[in-house]
Amino acid sequence: MRSFHSLAGLFGGLLIIFMATTGFVLSLQPLADAATTMAADSSVTVAALADRVAADLPGVERLVRSASGQLVAYTAENGVRGAVLVDPQTGAAAGAYAPSALFSFITDLHRSFMLGNVGHGAAGVAALVILALAISGMLLLVGKMGGWRKLLTPSRGTGSQRLHTDLARIGVAVLLLTSLTGVYMSAVNFALVPENAGAMFAFSPASAGDSVAPIASLEALAAIPLTDLRELTFPAMGDATDVFTVTTKAGQGFVDQGTGAMLSFTPNDAWQRAYEFIYLLHTGQGAPMIALLVGLGALSVPLLAVTGTIIWWTRRRNTPRIAGNVSWRDADTVILVGSEGGSSWGFAATLRDALRLEGQRVHVAAMNELRRSYPHASRLLVLAASYGDGTAPASARQFLAKLERFASAPGFAVLGFGDQSFAQFCGFAARVDAALAAKGLPRMLPLGSVDRQSAGHFAAWGKSLGAQLGLPLVLNHVAARPATSKLVLVERVLYGMEVQAPVAVLKFAATPSHGGWFGPRLPRFEAGDLVGIVPPGADAPRYYSLASASRDGMLEICVRKQSGGLCSAFLHSLVPGETIDSFIRPNPDFRPRAGRRPLILIGAGAGVAPLAGFVRHNRHRRPVHLFFGGRDPASDFLYRDDLQTALDEGRLTSLNTRFSRVMGGGYVQDLVMDEADSVRRLVSQGAQIMVCGGRDMANGVRAAIETCLAPLGLSVDGLKQKGLYLEDAY
Amino acid sequence: MKKLAALLMLATALSAPSVAMARDVSIQTSLVQYAGHAAYLAVYLTNPDGSYNSTLWVSGQKSKYYGDLRGWARAVSSGGSLNLDGITGASVGSGETLTVHANLADTLLDAGYQIRVDSAVENGGQYADDAVIDLTSTPVTVSGTGYVNTISLGL
Repeated sequence: MRSFHSLAGLFGGLLIIFMATTGFVLSLQPLADAATTMAADSSVTVAALADRVAADLPGVERLVRSASGQLVAYTAENGVRGAVLVDPQTGAAAGAYAPSALFSFITDLHRSFMLGNVGHGAAGVAALVILALAISGMLLLVGKMGGWRKLLTPSRGTGSQRLHTDLARIGVAVLLLTSLTGVYMSAVNFALVPENAGAMFAFSPASAGDSVAPIASLEALAAIPLTDLRELTFPAMGDATDVFTVTTKAGQGFVDQGTGAMLSFTPNDAWQRAYEFIYLLHTGQGAPMIALLVGLGALSVPLLAVTGTIIWWTRRRNTPRIAGNVSWRDADTVILVGSEGGSSWGFAATLRDALRLEGQRVHVAAMNELRRSYPHASRLLVLAASYGDGTAPASARQFLAKLERFASAPGFAVLGFGDQSFAQFCGFAARVDAALAAKGLPRMLPLGSVDRQSAGHFAAWGKSLGAQLGLPLVLNHVAARPATSKLVLVERVLYGMEVQAPVAVLKFAATPSHGGWFGPRLPRFEAGDLVGIVPPGADAPRYYSLASASRDGMLEICVRKQSGGLCSAFLHSLVPGETIDSFIRPNPDFRPRAGRRPLILIGAGAGVAPLAGFVRHNRHRRPVHLFFGGRDPASDFLYRDDLQTALDEGRLTSLNTRFSRVMGGGYVQDLVMDEADSVRRLVSQGAQIMVCGGRDMANGVRAAIETCLAPLGLSVDGLKQKGLYLEDAY
Repeated sequence: MKKLAALLMLATALSAPSVAMARDVSIQTSLVQYAGHAAYLAVYLTNPDGSYNSTLWVSGQKSKYYGDLRGWARAVSSGGSLNLDGITGASVGSGETLTVHANLADTLLDAGYQIRVDSAVENGGQYADDAVIDLTSTPVTVSGTGYVNTISLGL
């Protein structure tokens, strides 16, 4: 579904942008008409008006009333043709009629690219592409959000992804409408659907007598209110046998110019009525509100195309090329990968290569790509990373739901990737393992685990897998490093020495060697994103939350010195002028939501870093309340001066602190309980809560918030689902 | 300028019996430059008394718009039936030229017969007798009054 959506978008992109842009311009016409058209009184009849026009404009041949109510009289006198606007109330000429050349030109472009029938076909195809994109996009969104009911919950992901989702949710109904009606109109054009099944060329009857009565006295015309008129054709001059041809919204008829009788009337059939309704919905002509809606919907298309292309490009860049991947239909071994940062793909490639050496036919895909069945696969190997504390990574979020419909039963083995410092180490892999067993698939190996991308753990698992398969499997994995940038330490401030919890606030700048055209340049990042740092002599990177954004001109992190921690020891030993190799991992799900609603920030120790970054960037002065926990205000009150300045400048509304190593002290979760009243008040105002710090602290804070929200009938899980409770715990 | 050519074999009514010679006539209709959709055109022959003789060509695919070619539609209405097999084609755009070929009996030339062109454009004007030209044995060019710029007869 996703590749269909992407391909249709990429190949149809220019076509649909063109259709949407021209469509948008055309939607302005009904609005312009509505603003300039003179209103008609419903008491005016066609007979009365035509009589006055005929008196005023000798040689009038035709009177045409557009959907917007504009009346135009076409005249011919002594071989000179003219078109005159007519006041629908008085019938008086109101100036020459000059149809907009621009709208006419754009209409032709929109309908047929000025290419005749081939162009008409292309326009029909464009409508089909938009329709397919709207439907597949909606299904993708439903899948991503986890069901129809959650369709309106806050969107997640990077800026482009969120913009794409939000625009789509606003625009999709209109785009479905315009594309469906467009397809229908195209089908009518190609006579696949009749516009009016009965309407062929009609032979007009002749007037009975040779007398010509005053137009105002013609009964059949006097019975038609002007507001029902589409078009009135006058009889030819001096031909008493000719008739009036009148088209109304109900059908077409001929009126005798002597007796005033309706000689014949052909009502519109159901096809015609359907076509007119669809035409109205598509063009909004005569219905400015529909035109406005359709125009705004069209406007979303170029933005959707651009953000969609960015998303596609980013995904393509981040998804490893799997050369020589065997199709899922033919594979005997299927490897599924759930990865957030992308490193598990490297392990999958190593495993795939080793299996291929042994003559296996291997298919590698993301866990989200689980098929309904694999006709020839006898084993399913799942490499599942956990995201944060045991949650599913983005490329595996749909896996468990898809597994419910899984129909074949290959033997399975699950290998979890994670970080042992989390309580829920490989928690997601464990859930996957249990779900596969519960589905009745035969387990080939007990759940395996790889801590911090250890090549040794991976090789050991490969050995037991090989033993199980009867293959001499050697997994010699050399991790591919992401492209890193060299940064130089420019400032280092140490806190917490006196309370045996040393925390360093480190500021890095781009090195001159990593320069752009405008001097040294930092990679792009936002406060709350993660920086991966690989200490010399180590394999796996460690991640730290960023306290600054790249536009601050430096990269700032807080590093607590862990006992036996290789990376934290390395960072603490750095002195200004020394460099690190680093790369950025975006963390778009941990960002304050845009808007004016209050923000509650809760952090302890080094966890305050991204929160301080959010406060620093609160230029629009939304209400921000920070709860901070430390050990001793004299020793580890991180960002004390910055936060005081923020309070003075209004970027921070309130600052509450609690320290554990002072008389009567406590933890930040105690502070939350003490401030339960104001937390409740802020949450009822729609506040978003963001928590950052150690795992234990985050659990404590969650319990405290749970208790304090209970009287409101709210829960942390409820807030989480609405994106109002975000955690970044380690 | 795009040429829309149409070759036409007309019914026996136009070719005089046995002894008469027939002549290839080409009728070139060029349109003015205008903004809007491609035009519907009816090219037809009238008798010396002004009554309808026969249809040479109709441009435009959708027959429901044929009523807009008013002079022609009015004329064929009196006949009560209409067979346009093989003498219809695509509508003609701004600035384009339509060329219609007809095989006409010599006896029709210089005898008061006329070729008339009606034109109509969707959401635009409808011109009965937009251009009228006498069927003579010497080539002539006449101006139109609506969408037709000129019409010329070639033998």
